Amino acid sequence: MKKRKGIWALVLMLLLSLALVGCNSSSTSNEGEPDDSTDDNGTEETAAGGQLVFGRGGDSTSLDPAATTEGEAFKVTVNLYETLINFGEQDTEIHPGLATEWSTSEDGLTHTLKLREGVKFHDGTDFNADAVVYNFERWKGGDKEQFYYYNSQFGDKIDSVTAVDEYTVEFKLNTPIAPFYKNLAMSPFGIASPTAIEEHGDNFFKNPVGTGPFKFKEWRENDRITIVKNEDYWQEGLPKLDEVIFRVIPENSARLNALATGEVDLIDGVNFSDKETIESNPELQVFERPSLNIGYLGLTSTRKPLDNKLVRQALNHAVNKQEIIDAFYAGAADPAINPMPPVVAGYNPEVEDYEYDPEKAKELLAEAGYPDGFEMELWAMPVPRPYMPEGQKVAEALQKMFEEIGVKAKIVTYEWGTYLEKANAGEADTFLLGWTGDNGDADNFLYVLLDEDSIGSNNYSYYKNDEVHELLLKAQASSDQAERDELYKQAQVIIKDDAPWIPLVHSTPLLAGSANISNFLAHPTGSDLLSSVEIKN
Amino acid sequence: MLSYTIKRLLSLIPVLLGLTLIVFFMIRAIPGNPAQIILGQLATEEAVAELTKQLGLDQPWYTQFFLYLGGLFSGDLGQSLRTKSPINEEIWPFLAATAELALCAMLIAIVIGVNAGIISAWFQNSWFDYVAMILALVGVSMPIFWLGLMEQWIFAINLEWLPTSGRENVRAPIDAITNFYIIDTIIQGRFDQLWIVIKHLILPSAALATIPMAIIARITRSTMLEVMKSDFIRTARAKGLRMFWVVYKHSLKNAVIPVLTIIGLQTGLLLGGAILTETIFSWPGIGRYIYEAINYRDYPVIQSGILVIAVIFVLINLIVDLLYAVIDPRIKYN
Repeated sequence: MKKRKGIWALVLMLLLSLALVGCNSSSTSNEGEPDDSTDDNGTEETAAGGQLVFGRGGDSTSLDPAATTEGEAFKVTVNLYETLINFGEQDTEIHPGLATEWSTSEDGLTHTLKLREGVKFHDGTDFNADAVVYNFERWKGGDKEQFYYYNSQFGDKIDSVTAVDEYTVEFKLNTPIAPFYKNLAMSPFGIASPTAIEEHGDNFFKNPVGTGPFKFKEWRENDRITIVKNEDYWQEGLPKLDEVIFRVIPENSARLNALATGEVDLIDGVNFSDKETIESNPELQVFERPSLNIGYLGLTSTRKPLDNKLVRQALNHAVNKQEIIDAFYAGAADPAINPMPPVVAGYNPEVEDYEYDPEKAKELLAEAGYPDGFEMELWAMPVPRPYMPEGQKVAEALQKMFEEIGVKAKIVTYEWGTYLEKANAGEADTFLLGWTGDNGDADNFLYVLLDEDSIGSNNYSYYKNDEVHELLLKAQASSDQAERDELYKQAQVIIKDDAPWIPLVHSTPLLAGSANISNFLAHPTGSDLLSSVEIKN
Repeated sequence: MLSYTIKRLLSLIPVLLGLTLIVFFMIRAIPGNPAQIILGQLATEEAVAELTKQLGLDQPWYTQFFLYLGGLFSGDLGQSLRTKSPINEEIWPFLAATAELALCAMLIAIVIGVNAGIISAWFQNSWFDYVAMILALVGVSMPIFWLGLMEQWIFAINLEWLPTSGRENVRAPIDAITNFYIIDTIIQGRFDQLWIVIKHLILPSAALATIPMAIIARITRSTMLEVMKSDFIRTARAKGLRMFWVVYKHSLKNAVIPVLTIIGLQTGLLLGGAILTETIFSWPGIGRYIYEAINYRDYPVIQSGILVIAVIFVLINLIVDLLYAVIDPRIKYN
């Protein structure tokens, strides 16, 4: 008897599940008829004129901008917090932000900022000089490891920040910081509500409160972050959107698919090769992010034979940059000559690139004592970045070019965290890497990436030149922009000759959106302010 | 049976202990200091040293291990280094998301796989048998990445039947209660949302089902073929029983044990192995939760995440073992 029951139950289960799947698939096909699928997907009914879904590749790590260096974090926080100084809509010029006017003393050591009145944080706390002082005290006095950007951009150079009156703040420095105002405009220095910081303590990074056009609503890890309109925003009529949802869609092609079906309205990290497809679709549009980046091949100058300048120059002569750009950037990049893009003040247009000339490269190698070439490792980035969308393929192209001059490159790669750490420890012969500028200042490229002080942080190629070091420090301390430009130009000449890198490209990162979106301007720093964006449904 | 179950459960303890130890060391074998990675490229050396200390990573491995183990015994999975939240709380939504996906996938895989296997065996060497087995071969070797993108392209973009990715319509999100969205929407009586949830489930679970479905079909077919050659089947046929009953009742019952074993193993594998599907369909599941943790060297999350999956895997297989006895009275556990 028992035996019977068992088998019947099993058969019944199988048949039932068969029936279930049957009805599942049949209803799926029924549903293809009219357009009710879009309804179900919810595009129409709920988006009452103001919901934007932004698809991106990764989740934020923190919503406390001061406590992170991650670009995905700033994409959200730039909409929640405001800085004392603002960047331009699509450049890194300085404009009034939470500070309306500012002045600098003759010696460049005292900066006085007048603050905007009548601004409130999302939690109702007043924005005033005390709040600004509170934030700077927090960054300065807090756990040092937590606030890297404060430490790298200001660090010990700020002596004191004081509230002169309710709406005036005074910064006293012990050394002039040339890009002081540009630094203030960087997303990490968004001013947060002191009340909220006190209230949430260590969990403030999950409960952000600023003065920005949007308020934080919800964060579902690895899935989405929702921010909503700040009804009391001080700028009349802004923001236009009611709600922005940042959705994580890790895979580039899947993200584009989601855009094509209307599940998301705007995506970043568009493959260069998809540009034409998107442009040919009347329901979509492409947005270009003005270039503020550099993709390069680092030549670690502490490793043999790359410690020989002639060898580094030879490798520079071996690379055909245009070929790489045509193949992997769909033309949306410019060949790089200097370690920073031409939009940065102080760029030296007179520096000439090593022309593509394998013969000359071979001569230089012979002169250096390597007439038959040599073997080396070439590290390929394991993750796509706007400046290096396909690390592996670029590495293969370079490998081929090097082979022409007799240099045998072995391609190696590691998981990203390991890659950075090993390269940082000087273990790579040559490695692909890049940088996107934080504030559009030359210091943020040349000093951060190539000064000897930055060895161990971002100077992965272990490049060290006393003359360059002196020039860069001098430029850092000068408050005369013309003088700084001159110093940076000199530095670039020396760097070019020393050839610590093969600068490859300045790419134009691509975004795509539905044709309904207007007023979206992609910012060169990668953090896009969405307050004026409109969406028609 | 009860004593057997208890014995099996007890024997899990050394297994899990060993597993914990292996995972603990494997993770520490990955190069990279979590403090350095958490702090990012700009961190100073002192800062890294200080955070290392704060995280307890400067202590000898056995201290770290026993601290962790002690926590486990009191039901504490530890705290995420990155989000600073208790993993007990944090892990549930990811686990539920993957479980929902994996169960749907297994449902598809079992129903289609078992039936395809049965029919192939029934009509051995028929065109159905050939087509099914070729498809099964293709299914086993199907790259999920490609399959997933093709599914999206056909069913979402061209036919516009289904959404490409995610678990729900983010424009009108679901209030999570159990985090099994099918259950959540039913509890809340939101049948409109239930439909959306099901639509989101179809493509990823179909992609995830492909491989287990193919394996199940092949195993079912071969064991069924064997059983159908046996004497009692011939007797049943001779008795004049209808072929349908012979196949679905007498043969299947005798062929079901190996099939059940495979189903158990595959279900366990899907829980941890759904990462590719989760990536293509941006499914916020446990696979990606652990994967992200690896990128950040979030040791506690990696450890506990793997442990949780392992425990579930072992439990599923225990259930399968117990089911043997339910199905086949000849199997007795003493």
